[in-house]
Amino acid sequence: MPEIQNLTMNFGPQHPAAHGVLRMVLEMDGEVIQRADPHIGLLHRGTEKLAESKPYNQSIGYMDRLDYVSMMCNEHGYVLAIERLLKLTPPKRAQYIRVMFDEITRILNHLLWIGSHSLDVGAMAMFLYAFREREDLMDCYEAVSGTRMHATYYRPGGVYRDLPEKMPKYQPSQYRKDKDLKRLNEARSGSLLDFIEDFTDRFPKLVDEYETLLTENRIWRQRTVNIGVVSPDRAMQLGFSGPMLRGSGVLWDLRKHQPYETYAELDFDVPLGVNGDCYDRYLVRIEELRQSNHIIRQCIEWLRSNAGPVMIKDHKVAPPERLEMKDDMEGLIHHFKLFTEGYCVPEGEVYAAIEHPKGEFGVYISSDGANKPYRVKIRAAGFAHLSSMNEMVQGHMLADMVAVIGTQDIVFGEIDR
Amino acid sequence: MLNIFKTFLLGELIKGLRLTLGYFFRKKITVRYPEEKAPQSPRFRGLHALRRYPNGEERCIGCKLCEAVCPALAITIESDVGLDGTRRTTRYDIDLFKCIYCGFCEEACPVDAVVETRIHEYHMEVKGENILTKDKLLALGDRYETMIAADKAADAAYR
Repeated sequence: MPEIQNLTMNFGPQHPAAHGVLRMVLEMDGEVIQRADPHIGLLHRGTEKLAESKPYNQSIGYMDRLDYVSMMCNEHGYVLAIERLLKLTPPKRAQYIRVMFDEITRILNHLLWIGSHSLDVGAMAMFLYAFREREDLMDCYEAVSGTRMHATYYRPGGVYRDLPEKMPKYQPSQYRKDKDLKRLNEARSGSLLDFIEDFTDRFPKLVDEYETLLTENRIWRQRTVNIGVVSPDRAMQLGFSGPMLRGSGVLWDLRKHQPYETYAELDFDVPLGVNGDCYDRYLVRIEELRQSNHIIRQCIEWLRSNAGPVMIKDHKVAPPERLEMKDDMEGLIHHFKLFTEGYCVPEGEVYAAIEHPKGEFGVYISSDGANKPYRVKIRAAGFAHLSSMNEMVQGHMLADMVAVIGTQDIVFGEIDR
Repeated sequence: MLNIFKTFLLGELIKGLRLTLGYFFRKKITVRYPEEKAPQSPRFRGLHALRRYPNGEERCIGCKLCEAVCPALAITIESDVGLDGTRRTTRYDIDLFKCIYCGFCEEACPVDAVVETRIHEYHMEVKGENILTKDKLLALGDRYETMIAADKAADAAYR
């Protein structure tokens, strides 16, 4: 009688459901996974080492490229760490702008997650609808920073520029009637805040639509309920954070428990799952979309009624405004000093963590008093989640593997760094 | 009993299909790309250019701030004393493959010489075309000066 052996197979790195460059070595017993071994490192770019060779500010742009679907949140973690080392607090308006864009980023991230997760599991339409909304939020990114993804917008001491008073508009073309053009430009007639407010008005209804497509859908439920169950205790032991942890029913949200910026003043709820399966994590993230929308609305209200600076006036850290730089000798000296040498950060070490859409994103900086960090360590949420892959998929079918990768919301930019 | 009804009547599937069918008859949100474009912010950071003053004099004074601040080391500058006795660059190269379009060069420039324009539809066909030399950058600046000036004016109040 021939001996039956387990089959070892490769999943990825070119597999479209492997979210980028994940390579999984699977040991299969028929259709059932016996062991999963994630291989990482195919997107390693040495961000941490790169940051050691540049003045502090110059690495901000590289933080965007870590988790390339939640750009400004990565920047926030890095900038917050520098601010804690320098012991400075950005102006209130800058803090509110940061919180607003963190939440916009959270929506961006969850929209991409829901689109790709459902596409992996077999629902095509969701992807298209999610990307339609992402387009509007990308426009917000572009209006404020000049790029649709890699913003480089947060700076130690505030944000680079204030929110624009005008939104760019659609231009007339031979394919559009004037009436259509007017309809398209209606939301863009005011400032960026008006545009975001218009989005927040529309968004809850759109989330309802996503739920119509997925929440009750029998195929979706068959693919996600009781798949990849993690108990609360085990979730904590595995170092989970963010929606992965809350999906298992552990109440832990850095925005509530270690409030940074202005989260302490804002009203929002933290959704919790019960069973810790893929379906609960889906429900948690859907509710987070609604809560983020709620937070954005509060930020808009505050930003409308409170004008002010968005950058600190300490020119040892933040460059002076253009006019001051051109008129004033001292301003010019500060400008030159900051853009060549940067600023020196007092000796010490700091760990700053923020509630990233994927979990806890932390940046540890050790400074020896120079203008460059001595060491930067990035704590990526996805890394801990991916490490639990073996445990989460054991005993499941091959097709469930895709659902688990989806629910972990893996992005390789931050895992490989 | 209720569950059996739910299972056989396919209620939630029909609801979902009704939603997608509704979108089928609604106005499309896509744009017909090359002829019609999505809105673009004046802050957009695309292809670089070097500007001149209205009298035709180069703005760049070769201070090398952009070279110093560039995180990707994409800018290379050599400078010398020019014909009129002022400091001028003899070489100003931007490697578009290295550039990460962070906008720091524009931010650093004390005379608004190097700018990132809203041009984002460009390509290279031959090896070496990725390096924008001083001549190319100045030509870009000359060609799009009205557009650049309008964009910078629109954003001047925020900087």
